[in-house]
Amino acid sequence: MKEILLAGYKWLLLGLLLMGGFPGLAQIDSAWSRIATDTSQNKVVQDAIYNRPFIQLGKTTTAVGGYLEGNTNYFVTDGISEGYSMELRRFNIFLYSTIARRIKFLSELEFEHGTKEIGLETAQLDFEINPAFNLRMGILVVPIGAFNQNHDSPKWEFIERPLVTTNLIPSTLSEVGFGIHGKVYAPQKVFTYDVYLVNGLQDGLILNAEGRTSLPAGKDPSMFGQDNNGRPMLSAKLAFRHRKLGEVGISYYGGAYNAYKIDGMPVTSKKNLALYALDFNTTLGRAVVNGEFAHARLQLPPALGPAFGNRQTGGYLEVVYTVLQKTLLDYPKTALNANLRIEMVDYNVGRLSETGTRRHDDIRAIVPGLSIRPSANTVIRANYRYHWTRDLLGNPPARTGGFQVGFASYF
Amino acid sequence: MDKTRLLAMALSLGLFLAVVACESLFPDNIEPEKLLGEPILELTPEQQQSHAKGDTEFGRVFGVVDGLGPIFVSTSCESCHIGDGKGHPSTSLTRFNRQDGLDFDPMISVGASQLQHRAITGYTPETLPTDIKGSTRLTPPAVGGLGYLAAVSDADILAMADPHDLNGDGISGVPNYFPAPDFFEPEKFHLPDAAGRYIGRFGKKAGAIDLLQQVANAYLLDMGITSEFLRTDLYNEQLGNHTGDNIPDPEVPGSVVRNVVLYMRTLKVPPRRNARQPEVLAGEQLFIQLGCAKCHVPTLKTGLSDIAALSIQTFHPYTDLLLHDMGPALDDNYTEGSARTSEWRTAPLWGLGLAAEAQGRQVFYLHDGRARTLPEAIQYHGGEAANSRIKFTALPTPNQKELLSFLQSL
Repeated sequence: MKEILLAGYKWLLLGLLLMGGFPGLAQIDSAWSRIATDTSQNKVVQDAIYNRPFIQLGKTTTAVGGYLEGNTNYFVTDGISEGYSMELRRFNIFLYSTIARRIKFLSELEFEHGTKEIGLETAQLDFEINPAFNLRMGILVVPIGAFNQNHDSPKWEFIERPLVTTNLIPSTLSEVGFGIHGKVYAPQKVFTYDVYLVNGLQDGLILNAEGRTSLPAGKDPSMFGQDNNGRPMLSAKLAFRHRKLGEVGISYYGGAYNAYKIDGMPVTSKKNLALYALDFNTTLGRAVVNGEFAHARLQLPPALGPAFGNRQTGGYLEVVYTVLQKTLLDYPKTALNANLRIEMVDYNVGRLSETGTRRHDDIRAIVPGLSIRPSANTVIRANYRYHWTRDLLGNPPARTGGFQVGFASYF
Repeated sequence: MDKTRLLAMALSLGLFLAVVACESLFPDNIEPEKLLGEPILELTPEQQQSHAKGDTEFGRVFGVVDGLGPIFVSTSCESCHIGDGKGHPSTSLTRFNRQDGLDFDPMISVGASQLQHRAITGYTPETLPTDIKGSTRLTPPAVGGLGYLAAVSDADILAMADPHDLNGDGISGVPNYFPAPDFFEPEKFHLPDAAGRYIGRFGKKAGAIDLLQQVANAYLLDMGITSEFLRTDLYNEQLGNHTGDNIPDPEVPGSVVRNVVLYMRTLKVPPRRNARQPEVLAGEQLFIQLGCAKCHVPTLKTGLSDIAALSIQTFHPYTDLLLHDMGPALDDNYTEGSARTSEWRTAPLWGLGLAAEAQGRQVFYLHDGRARTLPEAIQYHGGEAANSRIKFTALPTPNQKELLSFLQSL
């Protein structure tokens, strides 16, 4: 079924592109019209999925958009390097449609590493009853932290996504579900909320190929078709934004993750996951500060072994400082940014029962970089990255350092 | 050219120079004398390739979808043999049996003899039976240099044996003979006894004859992964749950097991450090004078091997691969094969000083990690090793330090 949907989606996009490419054949307005938006500006995180540039086809209600992201890598780990490599990380295509005045459809098809992974990341319908009360259903981006909802590469100044948003919060976490969201405005400020029920992550959280508790490994293609235990997970977020101070959000995602019944018969006890996140962003003069912290707690089967932690924590803090913004190489309002990110994830918080010593299994990184934005929707970026990876026992860390140069752009 | 363009060009140039010229920003190699897990230098390109494949498999983590379990101890080779170094108590395994005098009961009806204390969803892990007579916890050994030990001839091992202590030195090394598994491929240097059994040389009770047996056993008994060599999944005998997991057997092909065997055969020996320092050299002399070297034999040699780099090589593992009575303090009332419960295979001492590099900057010595310092480990030595222990204790402190410096240099 998924393949049929994907195939249909691709043909629809192809048709739209052909109509735009051959206006004479289309027999309608001869030009696409761009719905411009400055994606480099901070707006409410909840609106991030709509805060994208789209190209509208004539007077139709449908618009398309997307982005492309690629980079080069050169890393050395403890004196050993695999050499240079290049990768086309993502090619994503959006399709947006205003079905009726207050009914919106948005979808996103993602090609990762060429065609190695193809996935339907979003396919959702929004029914607005009131700005403070909207219904949403379909394949939706779960509101856990800020990055998961606001993950488009051209919006970010670093090549790698923050570790906490990939290795702890499994961004991009899309789920089948439904729920409500809304905004409440006040002078200078806005409150947002989201509450959804989704199928949820599955048994792969443990006893996976990662050899540790891993929320990303809990994703499974079957999540889009059926819940593994008949008990949906809850995802909820509250956020507050002040026009001058910035935005802060707290979010939760959790519920039973294991298939504890087979054919209605209990085969094991129910195991729960609870993931909490705190995110914020603010602007201090010419600097934009982003941060996100997450903490996960899991119930695990007894005697699963010390490699599988029941607590994980992590976070990142980054500063993007605009060194100058002026016409550069005939590109007006080009911004040159100096950037710094520090981050860590501890995959296994706690102590070893056998020895009472601390469990490690963690990673820490520091990432300085530069980025140039010749337009608000395009970024050329370079960063140096150094990270320390420690094993469960806290042996001397593996040290990795290297450079990355890349680009990302909406189209 | 305006200032802006100049600035942009300068930044671009600076970035380019940073990319191509900042070698110091890349982490250096680990000091060679601390490196475990490196291949023998003299391997052929084909052997290096197989070593690399085996290395990958050694690090492969098995999940439920790969056939892990249904009952198991660990999820990968490397999760126990971290960094190919000496293991940690948190990754130890438990073995049990019932031994009444000479009557040995491996307790097959309750899942002997290795406790599978973990299970995938829907299965129940084993628990330690209540009517056992003995059990032991075994920390994983370091795996460097095992190819050299595998290539020692049985004749050389037997030459070191003195089961009846005919030379009257109080040391009586005994080989541990085992029936070979069906898939055992004897080398010319393997010598069966009259009953067709072969000498075990791997494992803390010398329970495995060669590395193929050791690795195939580890896949099945440690991870619940069936292979071409051992095709039947484990199940919890204690519950009578006679079903394996839902992954077709064998869960890994024989080539995977053989690559891991080759990986282990071709790991270099643990490197020495400070071997020429006067204190270390003095400690080495004391090691011999105290009689430690009678069991921890410093030098062995390999026979002919299909891997040229392992053929006719002299190396220094500090073991005789024989069983010795270690006295009551180390008697867990657990045994394997013909070993008595107080008998253990002489632990190779190479890599002793690198233990902390793999055990989380701490040390856990002896078969179960009970000793937290070298002097403590020595104090546990009894039985045939009691005389050496007494002599060590009687040494003046500076001499004790010399001996410990020597051990740390291994």
